[in-house]
Amino acid sequence: MAQQTLQEPPAATTGRRRLRWRPRSTFGRHALTVVVAMVAVMLVLEFTSPFRNSQLATMSYYAIAAAGLTVLTGVNGQISLGHGALMAVGAYTTGLLLGPDGDGALPLPLIMLVAATVTALVGTVVGAAAARLHGPYLAGATLALAVAVPGLAIYFDHTLGGEQGLRIASPEVPGWFDATIYFLFAHETPSAKYLAYLGWGTLLLVLLLLANLMAGRVGRVWRAVRDDEVAAELAGIRLGRVRVLAFVVSAACAGLAGAVLGVVVRLAAPSGFTIVLSLGLLTAVVVGGLGSLVGALLGSALLVFLPPAVTNLGTAAGLDGTQAAQLAPFVYGVVLVLVMLLAPTGAVGVFTKVWRKR
Amino acid sequence: MNPPASSPVVAAPVFAVSGIGVRFGGIVALDDVSLDVAAGSVHGVIGPNGAGKTTLFNVCCGFVRPDSGQVLRHGRPVPDLRPHRLASMGIARTLQGVGLFRGLTVVENVMVGADRHRRAGFASTLFALPRSDRDERALRERAMTALAELGAADHRDRLPGSLPYAVQKRVALARALATEPDLLLLDEPASGLGADEMAELGELIRGLTTRMSVVLVEHHMDLVMDVCDRITVLDFGRVVADGTPDEVRDDQAVIDAYLGEETRP
Repeated sequence: MAQQTLQEPPAATTGRRRLRWRPRSTFGRHALTVVVAMVAVMLVLEFTSPFRNSQLATMSYYAIAAAGLTVLTGVNGQISLGHGALMAVGAYTTGLLLGPDGDGALPLPLIMLVAATVTALVGTVVGAAAARLHGPYLAGATLALAVAVPGLAIYFDHTLGGEQGLRIASPEVPGWFDATIYFLFAHETPSAKYLAYLGWGTLLLVLLLLANLMAGRVGRVWRAVRDDEVAAELAGIRLGRVRVLAFVVSAACAGLAGAVLGVVVRLAAPSGFTIVLSLGLLTAVVVGGLGSLVGALLGSALLVFLPPAVTNLGTAAGLDGTQAAQLAPFVYGVVLVLVMLLAPTGAVGVFTKVWRKR
Repeated sequence: MNPPASSPVVAAPVFAVSGIGVRFGGIVALDDVSLDVAAGSVHGVIGPNGAGKTTLFNVCCGFVRPDSGQVLRHGRPVPDLRPHRLASMGIARTLQGVGLFRGLTVVENVMVGADRHRRAGFASTLFALPRSDRDERALRERAMTALAELGAADHRDRLPGSLPYAVQKRVALARALATEPDLLLLDEPASGLGADEMAELGELIRGLTTRMSVVLVEHHMDLVMDVCDRITVLDFGRVVADGTPDEVRDDQAVIDAYLGEETRP
């Protein structure tokens, strides 16, 4: 443990290989990635069919929620089976504020912000309870949330519409947006395409902010608490606060995802927020690679694109419609089991390993 | 750090416990244990297995609430000691084993130790404001200074699990030093180390006394006798001896404690 001279290379240039043109600041780096991604998203949305557009809109809200969940589960080590319920909070808030016809409502971005805030407040309460629980107990408590929240919608059926749910107005395509797309690609923007843009715009914003958190001090402290509570506490970290913060951030994402779901599906109904949704999100996060935003994106893509692909395959193999439809959940289960057995680090973990071996 | 002028006794020990009693159910883990740590000294706590050394450490850190007695800092009682408050009180502790964050690189591990020196808050991290980048650079510099002092700077981007045990222990120590404490509690720092590494550790601990006091729980007698200014010996939860290494070495109660009951007349 001899004294060593302090002639270290500047800290910022160490570590992973650096490309010359990369911006130095964290914000610059992340913002550049988002801008490139935005261009890619525009190209994909403009040159795919309306059906694919609507699938991509669906993927966007799954991905927003999954990104929030991967921060909670992968980075901070807390499990949640209740994220579907938190999405419901966001969707119902949006529905109540936007109304069935959208007349005289607040601007959509503001409504989405309110939905995220309301869900974050719910997340604070749940997170405060969750911070004291571990493993199966936490899973159980959040499971109760997933079961109870859809029930509330039925209990307060006057305001929340009961089993039928709340109809939500589809937002109109803003004039400036239509004009911009027409200028760039010379065609009109149908409502479905606009919703896909809305979803992906929100998703990229969420990914930018989460990437900032994960790259900085907040993410480091979250991971520290996940890895060793005692050591983290001895470093002066307040475990409860850090855990609640992770839950709040994650809940805000779920709320935003719910808001996007609401306007895309045009409905907030209890049947849309069952435990299956929560489990689907958790599966997406695990299959994609726990704790990775790219993994959350891959997992949600799987959630949206795998079932129809498998159904098509089944029909091609000579199964009738019903049998082919039943194939999808089966393949999904098999994929999950295989991932857990063969690649517990998920898709991103496998890619990283292959990349490092080159 | 000097005691404030308002301190009741000028020469109050930087850290003391007095009359500590702890029971787990019907078992007495500690009984009326007191020790004073003088500024800039190395204070050893030794005793046979199960004597209560680790319980005493856990009381000092707020993990265990004593049933009686109090913990004093600069002569003043600390009413509500909690583990997460230690760092801001200028107390750092290493854990038995290593207790590193296995998913964080070496430098990130030490940066968590330096976390109490942060300036930027949640919002500046969320929006990646320049302030946040500056803060990160400052924390990283602190961490690298601590790592360099322990000769572990070259491993900064490795994960702890990929390093030899002795290096992991140094990283854990660097993490404790990065909080910049004036009191360092070391829980079996020499466990798992070879003879050479232990000698280096001894030198390192002596070198720290210019900046801080050290309390050391350790099994290796050679190390304890070499580096400690004062030693407290525990047996069955009681202090059986307290003094300089030479005094303790020849104490009959200590010899009895280590050799067992049957040698007593």
